[in-house]
Amino acid sequence: MTRAIISSQGIPSQGIPSQGAQAPEPTGNRGSIVTPQSWLDMSTNLGGLNLSSPVLTASGCAAAGRELENYFDITELGGIVTKSIMLAPRSGRATPRMAETPSGMLNSIGLQGPGVDTFIEQDLAWLNARGARTIVSIAGGTAEEFGKVAAKLRVAGGVEAIEVNISCPNVADRGQVFACRSDSAANVVQAVRRNSDGKMPIFAKLSPDVTDIVEIARAVVSAGATGVSVINTLLGMVMNTTTMRPALAGVTGGLSGPAIRPVAVRCVWQIRQAMPEVPIIGMGGIRSGHDALEFILAGANAVSVGTSIFNDPSAPIRIQRELSNELGQRGFSKFSDAVSYAHRNEDLVLDPAQENFADDWDFITE
Amino acid sequence: MSTVGTMSSNAGGRGSGQSKPIQVMGEILDINRSGSYFILSITAPGIAEFAQPGQFVTVGMGGEETSMVLRRSFAIHRVQSRGVYGGSLDLVVSPVGKGTTWLASRKRHDQVSLVGPLGKPFTLPTQAVSCALIGGGYGSAPLFLLAEKLRERGCRVDSIIGASSDDKLFGGLDLKRVSSSLTVTTDDGSSGIKGRVTDVLDATIDAGGTDIIYACGPMPMLARVAEIATTRKIFSQCSVEESMACGIGVCMTCVLPVVGDDSITRMVRSCVEGPIFRGDRVRWSDIGTVPPDTFGAPEATGTR
Repeated sequence: MTRAIISSQGIPSQGIPSQGAQAPEPTGNRGSIVTPQSWLDMSTNLGGLNLSSPVLTASGCAAAGRELENYFDITELGGIVTKSIMLAPRSGRATPRMAETPSGMLNSIGLQGPGVDTFIEQDLAWLNARGARTIVSIAGGTAEEFGKVAAKLRVAGGVEAIEVNISCPNVADRGQVFACRSDSAANVVQAVRRNSDGKMPIFAKLSPDVTDIVEIARAVVSAGATGVSVINTLLGMVMNTTTMRPALAGVTGGLSGPAIRPVAVRCVWQIRQAMPEVPIIGMGGIRSGHDALEFILAGANAVSVGTSIFNDPSAPIRIQRELSNELGQRGFSKFSDAVSYAHRNEDLVLDPAQENFADDWDFITE
Repeated sequence: MSTVGTMSSNAGGRGSGQSKPIQVMGEILDINRSGSYFILSITAPGIAEFAQPGQFVTVGMGGEETSMVLRRSFAIHRVQSRGVYGGSLDLVVSPVGKGTTWLASRKRHDQVSLVGPLGKPFTLPTQAVSCALIGGGYGSAPLFLLAEKLRERGCRVDSIIGASSDDKLFGGLDLKRVSSSLTVTTDDGSSGIKGRVTDVLDATIDAGGTDIIYACGPMPMLARVAEIATTRKIFSQCSVEESMACGIGVCMTCVLPVVGDDSITRMVRSCVEGPIFRGDRVRWSDIGTVPPDTFGAPEATGTR
């Protein structure tokens, strides 16, 4: 891959092995750094779910994994997070469903999908036969529908975790999304928990379009969520200046891509500050290992790669490799040591034996 | 229609002899102007060798730190499967938006990211039948490769190209060399016959005894071509142009209502199930909507 490492710009090279398109070379004063991928422990634990890598696909950007097989081995990723599955087949919305925006895109697909039964028979069966670790994203118009989908998945088996897409319209609340209120978000999570194996890791995917995302995070965890996925898209709108109408048939759409990354990192940070132990899957505009590292430092135990797949179909595996390099360059031997590292006490030093590392930290923010 | 039964079908989709798409960096070998368009020759090892008529590639825009996060898709115009640089292909770029303007302003030896070959190709007749090829604007780009393949099979090829004006016509000379007849139309009469490609289609069908129609161009043109073909009981294949975010089947943005073999309408992805569709299967007048009888369509209330 010619776009192997693009992430080291902005970091002065003093004390750091020179960064080209290759893995860092072993150097005299940094003898412990060889090729990071080869020895760096990338495993992560998400509330009982052990994954070999923290890099996942983001829901809605990888379908059910199969199309990406042309570009990389999907079993090398931490896991595949599927497009949100509902109880019944769904046609989705009319077109146009998409508009490009500066460093991002707006989408309004309307949860097109085959329904949970066909998903289990075809997509889940394929993912399991392929040996992928599958995290199934589920959606519904009512808390009961979420519960029914979870119950079907429980019977089917072969699901590592459930991600609950609460950013879909609540039929009973004039189409307001579940994610924007603590009580409706909690109701959905309770319904999923009641219909799942007690040990099933459940992640509630939170919307950033709320006054206080920490309040929603607390509510879903109290309701039985194992952890949170942060963030879903931001609600946005684009005008078509030729037709002088909204560009999307659905009028509004979800904004994703690098444009939303600082918002996402902020949300991860706030939730980590408030809840030091809750597992967090971070996502929002991750385009490189360097971007992924920002989420991890802010508190994410895993990251999902979404819109970048549209730009670079092999982005998830590239980012996984780049992240390993980024961690190695900073002297980490285990991914898990980097999680929440930005929340450390000021005087904490990564490894007292490598004192000059402390200097490097000053340059990490771009 | 006897020819329908003898088409070498690719309806089975995945597999069926098509090569898998790959992701490569291509080097721009040459850029030439043709009317309002730019023709880019790009090395595409592993793509060019396997590309079939009607397939497309996507090109990454603006370099690594670009603000344009979506790739653009282009029909494959020509391929050179062998050369000093390995396989290369030609794309026709109409610089109308930010991305296409960026691409058209690349220089020789610049590198661009390519993914392909994508989509289902045109299906080819197994017998030497009479074919009409219709291209609107740069929609004629994939027809040259198709015409060559049809001629290899002994088919008669009658081509029609049209555009709003002379500078928006594409590929007339190339097509003329491999066609029994070429008819040119422009809306403003600046070249060829004044009018639309569909105005002259009936005459072409009558003169050539057309068995199969292939078309690529704007949706309204395709809708009218399909209507004429269906009325005259001629098998038609249309290459649609829907805006796509990914081109590889994961984003679900490029859907349109298409009737399946089971007579059920579904919102199908034009990138993987298409871009070539049977003209009589696309619900042309319903594009941009979800018809109420579509599989999984919302109940009477709230399509939005």
